[in-house]
Amino acid sequence: MDALMALWDGAFGSWYAVLSATMVRATPLLLVGLAVALAFRAGVLNIGAEGQLLVGASAATATSLVLTAWPRPLAILVMAAAGALAGAGWAGIAAWLRRRFAVLEVISTLMLNFVAAALVSWLVRGPLQEPTGVYSQSATIPESARWPLLISGHRLHLGFVVGVLAALGAWWILTRTAVGFRVRLVGASPRAATSAGGVNVARTVTGVFLVSGGLAGLAGASEIGGVTWSLYEGLSPGYGYSAIAVALLARLDPRGVIATALLLGALEAGAASMQRSANVPAVLGQVIVASLVLGVLGAQALRYRGLLRRGGVAKEAGA
Amino acid sequence: MSDALVLSDVRHSFGRTLALDNAQCRVRRGTVHALLGENGAGKSTLMRVAFGLLSADGGRLEVDGRPVHFRSSADAIAAGIGMVHQHFLLVPALTATENVALGGRGLLHRARAVARVKAFADRSGLSADPSMRVDQMTVGAQQRLEILRALAHDSRVLILDEPTAVLTPEEGMSLLRWVRGFVDGGGTAILITHKLREALAIADDVTVLRRGRTVLSRPRVEVDEAMLVEAVTGDAASESALALPAPARRPTEPVLALDKIDLIDGRGVTRLRDASLEVYAGEVVGVVGVEGSGQRELLRILAGRLRPTRGRVIAPRRVGFVPEDRLADALVPEMTLTENLVLAEAGSARGRLDWRAATERTAALLVSADVRADGPSALARELSGGNQQKFVVARERARSDAALVVEHPTRGLDIRASARVWDELLRAAREQQLAVVVYSPDLDEVRAIADRVVVCFAGNVRAMEGGTAGSDRASLGRALLGVN
Repeated sequence: MDALMALWDGAFGSWYAVLSATMVRATPLLLVGLAVALAFRAGVLNIGAEGQLLVGASAATATSLVLTAWPRPLAILVMAAAGALAGAGWAGIAAWLRRRFAVLEVISTLMLNFVAAALVSWLVRGPLQEPTGVYSQSATIPESARWPLLISGHRLHLGFVVGVLAALGAWWILTRTAVGFRVRLVGASPRAATSAGGVNVARTVTGVFLVSGGLAGLAGASEIGGVTWSLYEGLSPGYGYSAIAVALLARLDPRGVIATALLLGALEAGAASMQRSANVPAVLGQVIVASLVLGVLGAQALRYRGLLRRGGVAKEAGA
Repeated sequence: MSDALVLSDVRHSFGRTLALDNAQCRVRRGTVHALLGENGAGKSTLMRVAFGLLSADGGRLEVDGRPVHFRSSADAIAAGIGMVHQHFLLVPALTATENVALGGRGLLHRARAVARVKAFADRSGLSADPSMRVDQMTVGAQQRLEILRALAHDSRVLILDEPTAVLTPEEGMSLLRWVRGFVDGGGTAILITHKLREALAIADDVTVLRRGRTVLSRPRVEVDEAMLVEAVTGDAASESALALPAPARRPTEPVLALDKIDLIDGRGVTRLRDASLEVYAGEVVGVVGVEGSGQRELLRILAGRLRPTRGRVIAPRRVGFVPEDRLADALVPEMTLTENLVLAEAGSARGRLDWRAATERTAALLVSADVRADGPSALARELSGGNQQKFVVARERARSDAALVVEHPTRGLDIRASARVWDELLRAAREQQLAVVVYSPDLDEVRAIADRVVVCFAGNVRAMEGGTAGSDRASLGRALLGVN
């Protein structure tokens, strides 16, 4: 009971918990969850958001470090763009492998995660290491490239607003525009999209792949600019993997991603505080997340089976 | 003569749907028994009960005069009943021998198993290569293997579920000849089919199911086609657009034209050679051909989905195309009908989509094409096969300027749904003045709707002389095989 109270307090117990823990944790999950949800909607199994985030964070850091003299809005814009482009480029490798050699993106994106992690390790000991050369991390980015806080005294930063806008924008594009419809078609039935719709499936898949990588890279930039201010190895506690849970729990609906990112952010923040005050391992938070994902997937499977059974009557009874 | 299999008062329901309502079926030993009915009439369900796959809610089952109760298909197999399903239950990566040996016990003695399959193949007259993998076999060979597997379990009663649906006409004919031989040798065969002519051609007895009830059960000699149509559909054959006359005078310019087309596919195989074809507004041209004769490619070139290696194509900018596999290639089953309508413009649409207007268009199309659905927001998956096809044909009609290319339009549809689809196609030609090209493996279908027929053979396209009148079954059959 104490543990649950601690979990609750850590997530929602105070304004501080909400604005400096829960929502701050939710910010990267929101952007990366959106990246995964969009990709999955088009049938692109991008599980490399972790790597795309790390590469985005690296590019954003490198860019920020040379932008010392730039005016703040411009510096932030440029470092964010650098992160997004790097993420898109990283995803682009997997997209190209799929298009050119039909390499399954599940494998290529997963492998690229390890490459990205190794890349960060090398960068923080090599080209991007802080000037003293003592710590394996980058120098702190200049003030001009740091993302503004939304409420003074709290850690919540611009990245959250960017994430919410991106989610709403993605939802609008998916449901209301021709491009979004093509994305959904390609995810639902590439054959019908080609044959009946004349949709260029390869181009759509590549486009979604790049946008997905871009969003994950943007999440990396947002972490650097809004939270850590420097690049180091443990930058992401597996946001790219949690993002898969965020996307699945939201049933791949971009609007739902806002809610599920907040939920997982709350669980992570709460679990950390639970560990501190009630001495219960923070892994419990992950257990809860895993149970939720299994529950949602199980419910979907049951509903699908139920539908199958209903639709199956005519088929089974028929000739 | 004694009865091989008797099903009496069989009842079965799926959820709240009553699939079998006191169905009866008496199969005499040494006969071919045709089981007829529309999709959903209960034919397959009844036979699944007979084969122990479904446990009936009520009713009795007798084999060779003795009452039996099957708890699983293993019991039915032990009682000498074999079933060949419409969708084959073979393991694609295994060889013929391994598939036959499946379900056995103990060690597999390979050489002995191969010899056994060979012996069975010789004895039963079903050619099979024991060491060939299933995924390398033609559909006909896979079916022979399925039958062989049933016979390997000493089946004396063979249930065949729509056996000719997947076969080319001549494969189908040779299968039916084999069935006749099997029965003459003392076996018993039950043929589930919705092809009336097939039933009339081969059956000794006929049973017709409608909505789970047996509505007719008589020896073949006592029935004719009209009786069967009435029994199957529950009403006399209705008036249709088939009566609309062909255009009296041909327009001067063809709408669709192929001029000396060659097509060489990615593997270097010549699919079409020197093929020429002209299709005029307002007519229906039927294409026939044995599987792999180039008709698939011909249709896709006409529909603008494939570019020929050489030769000239004349076609309007947008050609409607109804592909054979409607659930994979024409519809997205999990999307609404409105979305499936917009699907047709998905490739070229820009900017925002006007869903409200699309919903209105869908609603109008459902009415004009008589598609039975719960409105534009119903999922495509929820429609019956016939209504799905009517929807697809209507959508493609609506988007094409001048031509419609249709592949096997009535695949999997029963008589009533087929007739409605034919109506739609004829209206497209006669009322909308489209140039319509239809391929079908069913010669009767082509003869029913086409104004003239062209034959694909080994990549060549040849017109049959004298329109459909000159295209009787025999000369079509000869042309299919390249015999003059």
